This record gives sequence, structure tokens and C-alpha cells, in this order.
Amino acid sequence: MKHIKVINLGELNKVEGKGCGECQTSCQSACKTSCTVGNQKCENTEQ
Amino acid sequence: MIHKYELNGYYILLDINSGSVFEIDKATYELLDYYPDKTKACENLKGKYDLADLDEAWIEIENLKNQGILFSEDIALEEDLMRDHDIKAMCLHVSHDCNMRCGYCFASEGSFEGEKVLMDIETGKEAIDFLIKNSGKRKHLEIDFFGGEPLMNFEVVKSLVEYARERELETEKVFRFTMTTNGLLLNEDIIEYLDENMANVVLSIDGRKETNDNMRKTINNEGTYKYIIDKIKRMSEKRGSKDHYIRGTFTKNNLDFSKDVLDLANQGFPSISVEPVVATPDNDYALTGEDILDLEKEYENLAVEYLNYNKQGDKFNFFHFNIDLHGGPCAYKRVSGCGAGTDYVAVTPTGEIYPCHQFVGKEDFILGDLEKGILNQNLRKDFEKVNLTDKKACRDCWAKYYCGGGCFANAYNFNNDISVPYDIGCKLEKKRIECAIMIQVAKQNR
Ligand code: SF4
Ligand code: SF4
Repeated sequence: MKHIKVINLGELNKVEGKGCGECQTSCQSACKTSCTVGNQKCENTEQ
Repeated sequence: MIHKYELNGYYILLDINSGSVFEIDKATYELLDYYPDKTKACENLKGKYDLADLDEAWIEIENLKNQGILFSEDIALEEDLMRDHDIKAMCLHVSHDCNMRCGYCFASEGSFEGEKVLMDIETGKEAIDFLIKNSGKRKHLEIDFFGGEPLMNFEVVKSLVEYARERELETEKVFRFTMTTNGLLLNEDIIEYLDENMANVVLSIDGRKETNDNMRKTINNEGTYKYIIDKIKRMSEKRGSKDHYIRGTFTKNNLDFSKDVLDLANQGFPSISVEPVVATPDNDYALTGEDILDLEKEYENLAVEYLNYNKQGDKFNFFHFNIDLHGGPCAYKRVSGCGAGTDYVAVTPTGEIYPCHQFVGKEDFILGDLEKGILNQNLRKDFEKVNLTDKKACRDCWAKYYCGGGCFANAYNFNNDISVPYDIGCKLEKKRIECAIMIQVAKQNR
């Protein structure tokens, strides 16, 4: 494409098999006030 | 839902439901203002851009839409998975006492408005048992040793780590420990211990000496910088590439906080998290509406500097600019947010259970205690309910799947309602997300 460059093809709305709940709780990672989820890691390596 | 913005010379387009990210040209950027009305778009933009170009860009937009990665469908989540909340993380307040007197401390000198008290071993063990018992199928459990200043109760920390390791063997759970410390009591033995036993170490210092000393004081009202900087450096060196964060706070007194972040980076600290103070407007250091434009600009400056440092090989990592566009957590996690009161609880030295460390001391928010367990089920349900899909402000917010719905404690402190997000927090969060994504776009352009 000439006008639009794909930086990331997201699959956030494909949720099958997701939601295992093993990922880290946001506030544990560093900030303790203004937690964000986008910067956390997924721990579900089987997916 | 889409969101588009211009930052550092890049035009960026986000598709919110799929998480797709695009870099677009200016013509496409402007066309999108009119989408789906092509006639009106061409009419208004034909003097500015070549019609053939507009036509091409329009087709590209349509193609992405047809592929389901632009204007994509809403995320359909299973209700029961959203409500499946065993506890997996605990903030263990091993010390409600502190050896510093920081001006902005939400814990009132470590005591959280209560008595100064240290957790005893028995209470700590009960807390660990409680976590295991309430963790259901979850394997990875997290404990953050917190305070006050947790190193004032270091012997108990060591015993509790040992106890949890014993219980791991019989329960097949895996514990991950974090310590959040002001650094004052660090010595070689403690540094070695923390390095060996903690999955993450969070070290508090605010940045430049004058910034730090303005707020972070000793009991005798002296600046703490000279007492902590070498110890924190030593801890950081010992950690090397293992997880640790330098954690600072900025206030109205240092709206130019990017200088504090860069000062920490210049000192060689690899991972830095400098966060806005949480304070109500009656405090003279509180952030207020009139600071927002300056602060947004400051994040933008920091993002540009961050890229410069990266280019020169002086990489450092700024917590809120971390973003994994390809991986990152699944939609369930993004919807449930910080997990306070559901996946996450805080336990005080006397065994009371609160939704998170920021609520400790607010009596209306006591969930229960270690002896009797969770007593206030209604409160727990309130926390479970305020996920992204239930909050009006969040539902229509483009940043929702990056943010997760903001901090309940901030919402409560400012709006007296855990389901109404704190506006200044939202504005800053959105700017941080825009910066984090711009950084990824810029990196792909290199
Ligand atoms: S930025 Fe604010 S409105 Fe948007 S999702 Fe986060 S808390 Fe909700
Ligand atoms: S309520 Fe705020 S401080 Fe508490 S866990 Fe959530 S984001 Fe963190």
C-alpha cells in the first residue's frame, strides 16, 4: 500500500483459548499508582 | 473504533478492537475525518491533494476494513471467564513504619493513618496460606513486600520467603517475590539476598538530587539523596539484567520530569518508572488541570529523547513506554485491568485485607481479615463489576485496551466513586500510550 503502512496486525479480538489468568498483576510490576495493562506480558506460552 | 494522532512527525492510526497499528500519510489522515462520506471528503480535500491520490488512499482504507483490521468488530468475551477471579497477587505490608518522611507519602509516614507496627511471622504465614487457599487453579502467585519500609522488617521477609518456598513444594504453586524499598537500609548482605530471592526489586528515588531531596527526606528533614544513591546503584549493578526498576514520583514541583528520567538514565539505571503523584488539590505539590498541557508536552519530549538515546546505543527502558504490540496480554486481562480487590489484595501487619495498597487505612474498604477470610462480598463484587465494559467513561475511550480502566484508588480519591476514572490520570495515560506506540512506529522506520 502506498498510503498506509501496517505496523502491527492485531488479533486482540481473537480470544479463543485466552483468559488463563496467569499473567502478572499490573501494580506488582513497578508503578504502584497508575497501572497500565498494555505494557504487561502474556504468560500463556501455549497460545 | 479507531483513533488517529500526529506525533513527532508521524501520522498514526489505531484500530482499537483488533489492536492493529498503521502509519499513514497526511492525506489518509485527513480523509478519515470524513469516512464513510467519500463525496464530502473529496470535495473538501481536492484543493489540497491530488484526487487520484485521495482515491487510492480511500481504496486502501476500504480494503483494510474488508479484511476486518480497520473499523473491526467489538471484542466478544465470555462472561464467566471475566468473572473468574481467584486471588493471585498480594501486597504484603510487612512494615507500617518508615525510616523516611516523604512529602507526598500516601501512607502517612508508613503508618497508613494507623499505628506504627511491624508484621509478625505468624501473620505473614497466615497471609501466604490465605493466598494459596484462595488462588484456585492459578499457578503463579505474586507477593510484593511493601510498607512503610519493608526492610525495617527484613528478618520476617526472609522467614516468609522460606515458608513460601516450603509451601511451593507441597502445593505446586510458584511464588514470585517483589520488594519495593526506599534503599536506606540496603547493605551488601541485603543486596545479595534480594538479588537471589526477588523476581523484581523496585527502588525509590525521584531523579535529580534537588528533585529527590525536595520531597524525600530523612526523619531529621534532610534530603535523602546522598544516603541512598550509592546503595541503589550498587543494588542495580548487582541485578544487572535481572528485573528491577528505579521508581520515582513527579509533582507540580518538577513538571520538567523528563530531566529526572534522563538524569537516572545518565547514571546508568536500565529500567526507570517515574509516575505522577497521586494527591488531592489541597496539597501544593498536587497536579492540577492547568498542568496537563505542560505534562503532555513533557511526555512527548521524553519520547523523542528516548528514541535518541536508543539510536546512540544508550538504551534504557521507561516503564510506561514499554508496549508489546504483537504480544502483550489478552483481551480478558485488558478488560479486567489492575485487578484490585479481585486478583489482587493487600494485607496489613495486623491481618486486615484491603483491595490494594492504596486503599489501606480506609476503613470502608476492608474486605475481611486473615482469620475469617473475605467478609465483605458486596465490596468484592463492586470491584469485580467495575471492569472496562461496565464503566461509562471507559467504554467509549480509544485507550481502553491499553489502559485497562485506570486506577480505582485514584478514581475514589478524586471522584468518590471507584467507577469514575480520574480525569487527569486519563489524559496522561492517553499521552503515554500515544508516545509508546509512536516509539514503535519510529523504530520500524529505522
Ligand atoms: S484512559 Fe481513562 S477513560 Fe480511558 S480506559 Fe483508561 S481509565 Fe478509562
Ligand atoms: S487501584 Fe490503583 S493502585 Fe490499586 S492496584 Fe489498581 S491501579 Fe494499582
